[in-house]
Amino acid sequence: MTAATITRRYTGNPAGVAALIRPAEVHRDVYTDPEIFELEMRHLFANTWVWVGHDSQCPRPGDYITTQIGSQPVLMVRHSDGQIHVLHNRCPHKGTKIAIDAAGNTGKFFRCPYHAWSFRTDGCLLAIPLRKGYEGTGLEGSEAAQGLKPVGAVHNYRGFVFARLAPRGIGFEDYFGAALSSLDNMVDRSPEGRLEVAGPPLRYLHRCNWKMLVENQTDTCHPMVAHESSAGTAVRIWESMEKPPGMPKPMAMEVIAPFASPYEFFETMGIRVWPNGHGHTGVHRSIHSDYSAVPGYWEAMVAAHGEDRARAILGENRHNTVYFPNCMIKGPIQLLRLFKPLAADRTLVESWIFRLVGAPDMLLERTAMYNRLINAPTSMVGHDDLEMYERAQEGLMSDGLQWVNVQRLLSEDEAEDVEAVENGTTERQMRNQFAAWRKFMLMSMEQGQ
Amino acid sequence: MTATVAEPPAFARIAGAQPSQEDLHDFLYGEARLLDEGRYDEWLALFTPDAHYWMPLDWGQTDPRLVTSLLYEDMFMLRLRVERLRGARTFSQKPKSRCHHVLSRPFVDLMDHEANLYRTVTPMHYVETRLDDQFLLAVTARHDLTVAEGALRIRLKRVDIVNCDAAFGNIQLLP
Repeated sequence: MTAATITRRYTGNPAGVAALIRPAEVHRDVYTDPEIFELEMRHLFANTWVWVGHDSQCPRPGDYITTQIGSQPVLMVRHSDGQIHVLHNRCPHKGTKIAIDAAGNTGKFFRCPYHAWSFRTDGCLLAIPLRKGYEGTGLEGSEAAQGLKPVGAVHNYRGFVFARLAPRGIGFEDYFGAALSSLDNMVDRSPEGRLEVAGPPLRYLHRCNWKMLVENQTDTCHPMVAHESSAGTAVRIWESMEKPPGMPKPMAMEVIAPFASPYEFFETMGIRVWPNGHGHTGVHRSIHSDYSAVPGYWEAMVAAHGEDRARAILGENRHNTVYFPNCMIKGPIQLLRLFKPLAADRTLVESWIFRLVGAPDMLLERTAMYNRLINAPTSMVGHDDLEMYERAQEGLMSDGLQWVNVQRLLSEDEAEDVEAVENGTTERQMRNQFAAWRKFMLMSMEQGQ
Repeated sequence: MTATVAEPPAFARIAGAQPSQEDLHDFLYGEARLLDEGRYDEWLALFTPDAHYWMPLDWGQTDPRLVTSLLYEDMFMLRLRVERLRGARTFSQKPKSRCHHVLSRPFVDLMDHEANLYRTVTPMHYVETRLDDQFLLAVTARHDLTVAEGALRIRLKRVDIVNCDAAFGNIQLLP
């Protein structure tokens, strides 16, 4: 099928896009339609602040990583002055990607491997071989002479680097607001107030729309159903095992067993929504609340923060915090998942873990264990989640029904784009995400861009 | 957790006091056959109680503990994995996956009778299928083996996937 034969139903039609979101349901086209996906890349992923990387991935000048913001290939690099820059990964000459390895050090400048144009690590054009060939051609007035193009805006928040592709739009603080409290809590758990990425991320390919994964982060009515086979079986094996009385649960059991918690547990844990599509589960407690203490950690936290502050930091056990549009963090175990959209029906999930600088290794051991037990392509928990997403992606192709229901605990006077705390099994955070989806899609569509 | 050592399958038994190269080869081929045929209880009986199955995430990874692996499972987790595959509500296994191992001749890198440690390295192709999907993994399996009660047992099975850093969909059974 060529582009000319596709019926363009949504491009240039903001009212049509807005009509896909109703208070209690969303149209299946938001998950299945390639045109909607294209519009998401052009509008939603340009107008929002998207997580790019962590500055510990680029500790020295010249260190860089390659990644994507929506469908846009970008480089994150540390310049000689220590600043982090995010640049489009595209030579301004012929379009060649400047770097394709996941991470590296480029020294004082990038050099395109095709024609050796070179660029400073802030993106500025440094040199072109045989430059006299451009004399009198007006090159200095061209886009190419501007060097590697920076993204619209970059913000490094306590090591977490976010970027907005659009040159103008909502500011970082306005976009995240009080939702930054979850990132603060994760970083404050380091006695030195600093995190470091530990190793490469898991990379798990999902044949489903990226939003299904984001919605699942605050879907508290699926664990006891979809994960009965793993968490429920773990609990049964543990209970049936011959073991000395009072034997502590192994770390793996502490990690996996709470997934089998009953509905009541999730109802009372609470969900908080924030403006612009952010929100989190685990307001009052969470599946991370009952982990065993790690020897030496409390003492290190008290030494760093004092007893009251240490207790406040460690008493906050938020479960999943969604940073709209496509990022999730787990503060109590220092884990971040990024849901990279590849196509309407393809998503790459990266799961990153962090070391709490100054804390005992056993915390990182638990984090690494959590990541492989829950987030790996080999994970017993992940298998059942992916099965559900892929069945949904296929089921949505049915023309029998056109709408997906997000009605649980919807009240008549539910306000959009506000902060609120609700029963932990509400689907309000999903509704909150779709309200933000409409807002940031339409933001530039209505200006005819 | 409990130290009970289950009765291992016949191919794990060694003829003499110490294992021969042929014993090691028979063991590795026998292990792969159990996985292909889904005979998991017999497969679990091949391991020592303190054994691990390790599948690194990074090429040349040396640490299973403080960076992420695809798998680093003790006998409790392996038993859970096996029980789950059989479960009535294991939705990702309805319908079930099947797998197929093709081994090339294993290298015997270490034959240390005194330390009771035998290390083999086996290049293999692993195929897994479910519904209309099938994928191939090229892997190298390293086994640290030991003799207990007249039979070979696995202390550590390390499986390195040649494209370990690639993005994968579900890998549901075990290479």
